[in-house]
Amino acid sequence: MKKENIKFIQGNEACVEGALYAGLDFFAGYPITPSTEIAELLSHRLPQKGGKFIQMEDEIASMGAIIGASLTGSKVMTATSGPGFSLMQEALGYAIMAEIPCVIVNVQRGGPSTGIPTHVSQGDVNQARWGTHGDHAIVTITASNHQDVFETTVHAFNISETYRTPVILLYDEVVGHMRERLVIPNKGELPLVERLRTSVKEGVDYHPYLPREDGRLPMSDFGSVHRYNVTGLFHDMWGFPSDNPKIVHGLLRHLVDKIQNNVNQIARYKEFYLKDAEIILISYGSSARSANHVVFSRRPRGEKLGHLELQTLWPFPYDLVREKCAKATYVVVVEMNMGQIMEEVRKAVDQPEKVFLANRIDGVFITPTDIRNILRLIQGKGV
Amino acid sequence: MAIKDYIRERFFPHIWCPGCGHGTVMNSLLRALDSLGMSKNEIVMVSGIGCSSRISGYVDFHTLHTIHGRALAFATGVKLSLPELNLIVPMGDGDALAIGGNHFIHAARRNIDLTAIVMNNRIYGMTGGQYSPLSGYGTLATTAPYTNIDQSFDTVKLATAAGATFVARSTTYHVQQLTKILKQAILHEGFSVVEVLTQCPTYFGRKNREGNAVDMMESYNKNTTPIGSKAKKENPDLIERGIFIQKEMPEYCSEYDKIIEKAMAKYSNS
Repeated sequence: MKKENIKFIQGNEACVEGALYAGLDFFAGYPITPSTEIAELLSHRLPQKGGKFIQMEDEIASMGAIIGASLTGSKVMTATSGPGFSLMQEALGYAIMAEIPCVIVNVQRGGPSTGIPTHVSQGDVNQARWGTHGDHAIVTITASNHQDVFETTVHAFNISETYRTPVILLYDEVVGHMRERLVIPNKGELPLVERLRTSVKEGVDYHPYLPREDGRLPMSDFGSVHRYNVTGLFHDMWGFPSDNPKIVHGLLRHLVDKIQNNVNQIARYKEFYLKDAEIILISYGSSARSANHVVFSRRPRGEKLGHLELQTLWPFPYDLVREKCAKATYVVVVEMNMGQIMEEVRKAVDQPEKVFLANRIDGVFITPTDIRNILRLIQGKGV
Repeated sequence: MAIKDYIRERFFPHIWCPGCGHGTVMNSLLRALDSLGMSKNEIVMVSGIGCSSRISGYVDFHTLHTIHGRALAFATGVKLSLPELNLIVPMGDGDALAIGGNHFIHAARRNIDLTAIVMNNRIYGMTGGQYSPLSGYGTLATTAPYTNIDQSFDTVKLATAAGATFVARSTTYHVQQLTKILKQAILHEGFSVVEVLTQCPTYFGRKNREGNAVDMMESYNKNTTPIGSKAKKENPDLIERGIFIQKEMPEYCSEYDKIIEKAMAKYSNS
């Protein structure tokens, strides 16, 4: 292990390192707490490798710029927080419809509105899922520590390029600003996915929006020999607008199925002591750190606690959660919102009445003590 | 090349109403591009939403039909990522200056090498005739049934103040001039704005009793005059046509290349 590959840094910096490792070429963004360090660092690092950084006039423009850049063949990213994420929603839907690979980082702070900018929250889980209008599928992934932030960032680019879809990296203020160790893997240690490009020769009709049998769409970069239309309207295999019911139905099914049919390939999670667990904690992001602390400190005392840490939030891995929780007496979802993932866990398990919530919604990081107090209440022990 | 060779015939007939000026603007633009002899592979057209923005579907370039008002932001990403491409951004007046006003002034301020064409028909056509930021005080629209009390932007003054380094205006009546201006705008290194007065007989014309398409085009001849003409001095209400601003300033992508050089030099030394 090279010494210069060991860092003591913020989560936002780990995200930058992961993005550069994945081959990021282009970043457009707008300053917002608590994600700004990502833009600052990339303004420094990207031109060193011939990449491009631009500070746009707002988050709407930032999303537009990365979509445009992606069409030229660049790997692209933007980073923001709640209010900026709200502004990005329309163009995010465009990237879904036009099938443009791009990565959007949301380092969550408290909302609604300007909310509590410098404090932690996980309140944007459902916005990531349904923030943009219309039926659609979306990929949203997260992480609880810097090594995982690095890896999930690389993974986000891989998913984005594989499925030609925007991927949301839903971090939070604690992960973003906390400092801890990161070991940057050597080149080649983590797999990198490059987008599929068309092998259709010049002069032969290229159908940019005709999926192969496996649902994948080989791309052609703007500037190369195939000229085609990209639109946010429902479109035919040439990318030309269409309101033909068959085409509309077929495209919407394709957009949803290409993600939903690959839930198991996309799903990432970690499990700790789940096999014989009577009480299972389910968590994600920074709150998973406290959940893990509870499990690891209580196991030596013989308490049968386990922890399922979700890294993929959308598409939600319902089958995985149902299987893992089948034998548990209680399932306690630990999160810093009013139960956004708890609702999904209730949908997933066979007995929704055994699912409880351990949360904080006051901008203060949820502690192991907070979780233990809830556990005592559930078990009828009193606090 | 024949103008037909720049068109995607597969996607015709177009959606524009009879008498609409947008086809004339497209024709002028294609003639300008043809005279420049650029490869179609080097040209990217980015548009937003509205009647004018449908132009991108009909032309055989790399075309990006985006969301309302944000065409210039998408175009900025394409251009900065691959500066050797030539970017043409046709927009309607509402698209460019209402919902897209912020992107318009900031693209101008950056002086990034894009050619913005503001196709000004003074109305929101696609949604059926609501007043736009260029409709003008006293006009009628479906959302101004008692006359419009909104004042207009002057596109030329706005673009100039925001820092555009090429600013021009023409009309669908003056197609020869329009073609020449578009050619110069595309050749200009920096942010170019060309405002084109283009008639909407279906909505603006009908609501405001301006007659049919021919009547409206003739009014462009009557109501406009070359920049600084004697006629303008005698009648200040006339709208000036021609190139208002044409100056050299550092272009954004070229400046960014210098940033890359600086960063690379510093990085390789450390």
